[in-house]
Amino acid sequence: MTIATIFVGILMIISAIYAIEAKKMLDSFISLSLLSLLSVFLFVIMKAPDVAITEASVGAGLTTAVLILALRRIGGDEE
Amino acid sequence: MRRVFALLISLGLILFFVNSLSILPEYGNVELSKVSNAYINKSVNGNNEKVKFGESKDLEDGAANVVTSIVVDYRSFDTLGEVTVLFTSALGVGLILHGFKRKTYGRLPNFILRVSVGILLPLILLFGVYVFVHGHLTPGGGFPGGTIIAAGILLLYLSNEEFDLSKTSKFVESYAGSLYIVVGLVGLAIGGVFLINFLPTGVVGDLFSAGIVPIVYILIGFKVGAELSGVIADLYREG
Repeated sequence: MTIATIFVGILMIISAIYAIEAKKMLDSFISLSLLSLLSVFLFVIMKAPDVAITEASVGAGLTTAVLILALRRIGGDEE
Repeated sequence: MRRVFALLISLGLILFFVNSLSILPEYGNVELSKVSNAYINKSVNGNNEKVKFGESKDLEDGAANVVTSIVVDYRSFDTLGEVTVLFTSALGVGLILHGFKRKTYGRLPNFILRVSVGILLPLILLFGVYVFVHGHLTPGGGFPGGTIIAAGILLLYLSNEEFDLSKTSKFVESYAGSLYIVVGLVGLAIGGVFLINFLPTGVVGDLFSAGIVPIVYILIGFKVGAELSGVIADLYREG
């Protein structure tokens, strides 16, 4: 348990809470993407490079794009 | 009342996680079980020898990456189910977002985007192919490789108003998925078990080694890439 790990963990919790509480949908997507990116860092530290590559390409890359495209498809996030 | 229930469920989950943390062994000092040792030494059938990179020949499974040798060889049937799950979700997206022609915005995309795609797209596709061709040697494999290729297709969609996948992705996807089953059935005919590794495994660490593992990972890479590209194409459809 180094200081970097604890710092990344706290940042992950903050971005997870922000993803739930954000007013705009787009902010939620971006903080979810940040959560995935930080978890990639943790996976590399814990020596699981297979999981890290999959999380980086699926979680941080494609999921964000698909969510934003779907948001545009349903016409923005007006109530 | 609902808030009280939510609070109780959250508290129960927190207690569960904190309790399971105390059971876990210290990081780096885990005692491997018999099954884990059998997977790492590639000796499920009994012969207990240390595997040496670049020297050991004709093992049960020639993949240098232990994760790959479990995912595509020992537990290949699970991977077949995983691919089916992805197919079902892509089918759901296609059913909800049906359409016949590509959505256009009537204006040229950003100049920087158009020019940089010409430089970046070959590199992205090459990296995706590298990740799934070397799936048995380095971290990675069919799923991340296919996703990287789909990200390249997304870049093509963003930068070019005319580009449309039409039927190509469905063609590639159905053929790659069928060939996976055919590889399994050939194993059933030769070795008597569905998806058995029937080719010679070679030296650990060579590109042409590990029997059917690279073949299956290339098929999975094509299938996942075509499927996720199809999801992106569905999101861009209208009419």
